[in-house]
This record gives sequence, C-alpha cells and structure tokens, in this order.
Amino acid sequence: MRDVSIIGVGQVPVGEHWDMSLRELGYGALSAALRDARLERIDALYVGNMLSGELTGQEHVGAMIADFAGLRGIEAVKIEAACGSGAAALRIGYIAVAGGLADVVAVMGIEKMTDKQGSTVTSALAMAADGDYEALHGLSFVSINALLMRRYMHEHGYKKEDFAPFAINAHANAMNNPNAMFHSRVTPKQFIEAKMIADPINLLDSSPIADGAACVILAPAAMAKEFTNRPVRVRASAIATDSVAVHDRRDPLFLEGGAISAHKAYAMAGVGPNDIDLFEVHDAFTIMSALSLEAAGFAARGKGVGLALDGQIGLDGRIPITTLGGLKARGHPVGATGMYQIAEVALQLRGEAGAGQVSGARLGMAQNIGGSGATVITTILEAS
Amino acid sequence: MEVARFWRTNGQRYQLIGEECPNCGTKIFPPRDVCPECDKQAKMPFTFSGKGEVYSFSTIFSAPEGFEKYAPYTVALVRLAEGPLVTAQLTDVDAGSVQVGMPVEMVTRVLREDGERGMMVYGYKFRPGRSA
Repeated sequence: MRDVSIIGVGQVPVGEHWDMSLRELGYGALSAALRDARLERIDALYVGNMLSGELTGQEHVGAMIADFAGLRGIEAVKIEAACGSGAAALRIGYIAVAGGLADVVAVMGIEKMTDKQGSTVTSALAMAADGDYEALHGLSFVSINALLMRRYMHEHGYKKEDFAPFAINAHANAMNNPNAMFHSRVTPKQFIEAKMIADPINLLDSSPIADGAACVILAPAAMAKEFTNRPVRVRASAIATDSVAVHDRRDPLFLEGGAISAHKAYAMAGVGPNDIDLFEVHDAFTIMSALSLEAAGFAARGKGVGLALDGQIGLDGRIPITTLGGLKARGHPVGATGMYQIAEVALQLRGEAGAGQVSGARLGMAQNIGGSGATVITTILEAS
Repeated sequence: MEVARFWRTNGQRYQLIGEECPNCGTKIFPPRDVCPECDKQAKMPFTFSGKGEVYSFSTIFSAPEGFEKYAPYTVALVRLAEGPLVTAQLTDVDAGSVQVGMPVEMVTRVLREDGERGMMVYGYKFRPGRSA
C-alpha cells in the first residue's frame, strides 16, 4: 500500500447560489483544486453527493461533472452515503491511490439544495433515515436528532442552554472563514430564543441548508512534492456503519459507528485522541457534536456537552472543534460537507487558516456522519 | 402510487407484528431477517402487546412534505414492554404533558393521506395508557 497525500484543495463558498447549477458548483471546486495543485489532468474523479436526483433532477453526476470540466474519458462515479457522502468519496479515492490503481485522483463533495422549497428538502433529508419505520411516521431528520437530544438531557442532566457553546463557537470561528455561509455571531440569548423546529432543537442548534462543493486532489506521497511544497499526508480514512434507524440501536446515545471508525482510524495512524490538534465534528445539530466527541474518545459518556461548557472547544482549547465554522456556520450542503471538513483540516495543517489558525497544528481529524450515525467516516491528516 | 409498498408492511403497521428469534427468544420489531442479538435467522412472527413507555419525544413544528397540515405533532421513541424501541407518533395527548417514562399503548390511526383521490395510510400511533 502506498502513502497518500493531499496536493490540492478547492472550495466554492457555501451559500445560496441561485446563479449556479450543480455542474457549475462542481467545476468551481474542481478547477480551484486543480489550480492549487498546478494540474490539468487527473486519472479519476469520485463525487460524493446525496440528493442530486431528488433536489435537482440529475443523477449520473460523476460523468456530468467530468464532462463539464473538460475531462471527458476519465473514470468518474458518484458515491452516496447520505450526509457522509463527502468523506466517503475521499475514502474511495484513497483506496484507489493507496492501492496503486490510480495516481492523481480528485475527490469532491457537492450538493445543490436551494432550488426546492423547505418541506421538499425536509422530506429529501429524511431519506437518510429509515423510510418505512421513521420517515413514514412523519419524522423529519431534525426530529430524530431531537429525540436523541431530549434523551441525552434526561439521562445526563443537561439543560437546553447548555448546548449553546457549540453554536456560539461555530459562529465565532466562521468569522475567519471566507468560504463560510454565515459571518455573524450568536449570543446565548439568541440561542435560547430561536425558532423551534422540533423541540428541543431550534434554529440555532441546526446547521443550514445550502449549496456548495469542495474538492481535494490526492496523489502518492512519493510524488506529492512534484506538485506542491505543502502536501498534507492522509494518515487514516476509515468508514464504519450502524443501524440506519435510531430505534434499532442498543444504546441510541452512543454512536457505535463513530467509535468504530475513530478506533480504526487511530489504529491506522498509530495515534490516539490526545495526539489530535483539532477535530472537525459533524455538528449538523448541537447534540451530534456532543455524541461525536464522546464516540471519538475526547469526552467520557455524557461529558461532551461538559467539554464545551468548560471552554475546551475553542481555537485555544484542549480540543478545538468546528475551527472554520463547522456545519452550523460554514453551512451544511449535505453531500459536500465531509469534503469541506477535510479541505478545512488540510488548510489548518498547511498553516493557511488565517485568523482561524490553530497554532502549531500537526495532526487534524474530521468525522463525517451519514444519517444520525449509520455511516461514520473518520479521516486523520498530518502536516508534512 | 405505492400500494404494494404499504401492503407489504400492513401486519407491522396495523398490528405490531414483529418476530421472535427461535434461537435466543429475542423479540424483534420492526421485523428483520437476522436476529440482532445472536445473528441467527429469525422469521417467526410475534405480535406485540402494544404496551410500552416513552423513551424520548419531540414536537415537530417544521414538517416533511405530506405532513405539513398535521404540524405541530409529537413523535416519540417508545420502549415496548417486550424490549424493542419503536418510532411513532403520539396521539390523544397534549404535547405539554408528555414526559420520559410515561406509559403508552398502541392504537391504529391515519398516518397520512395523499389528497382527496390519494391513498390513506394507516398505522400505529401511541396514546397515554396504563403501565405495562
């Protein structure tokens, strides 16, 4: 197996891109990543996407984006794992390059969500859950997370306002990210008074619907210096699964898929949670930040919220999370999110995160979650 | 129109028919072909009592397509007396009075209807009930 490095990073700013189609978003991210790596050709393109068919009427986006980008002829396919599609695409690209089947591979996450109205998008997102036994009963994806949050509060004795630091931290960090959707701070009062969506989850617990595309270029580590003097090593990429329906889990408050994928990733990289300098969590909702921190070993059971309350998740905290805004404030174009997380970790490790830089960052981790924990992909990157 | 899709799961939705593992006795709902406890094949039907208690709950204000006219409505994870958790709506109850641990029982109600000429889908919901 070959070591693999990231040699280029490209992002389209997350937002409501009324003027851009799916293919234009894809080309925007791909061309930026190719420019960053000073490349014109690639061997393959893996496109992580969840809802192109449902929300834009377009499937077959691998070939679509390859053609639109002037790369007709190359290998190009779509990878789908609900909200985990982005990092799943990286995993597939990693397998191809590490296994020696391809040398230079682009992996992308992309989603176009704003062409459809709210309830249509709500229904589409519920497809990440169990269609026959959750969505058919009227559950939105938000409400499934709300069931977890309520139970977490009940078992561990937290109040609603205790979750505020996750949103406040994410919005503060997004101020430093030009690609983030929101550049506005959140106060504890705003957090408590925000519009309820599925109680106890309100608007400020929740990441926003958005359009976006992010892309990184992978190459064998031995070749990386030909393209860039700032390669970032992929130390681990690991996928694990759990039941799609929350009711089928032995303990709904423990993300077993998160724990398995984190431990596989730690084993691959030969590191542990204490070695990680920053952690991009999948904060689709504040409760997911807590559950991800616990599953990945940064906090004991029931202590994830405590870690945030203790001020340990900021840029200079014990474990900085959502360092460039996270899903909450960078935005959550679902199938693209995992790749934004990876692009942001790569920028941190290149020392290019501007005012959002985690000082001295050497090892960064991202955990991308599909559904409410059914697919979890943990990626560990290292500066070189 | 998805008549066959709903017809396939009538037993589950109308009567809470799940399975009992012939190997280890675990009661399973929703039905699945492999026992989650012992990984042996499980296809023996088992009808649940419909008694249980609220494990967690949420009132939905922003509903998915097809459910907008019912909002706000309350959904729950219910711990059935026989062991499994099930996801369902609560009914015949004031949202403000629902609590974790509240005893509930299964009833059959309309889950959704697709307009005047569309299909009506019935299924289980849970209402306040006596302790299991």
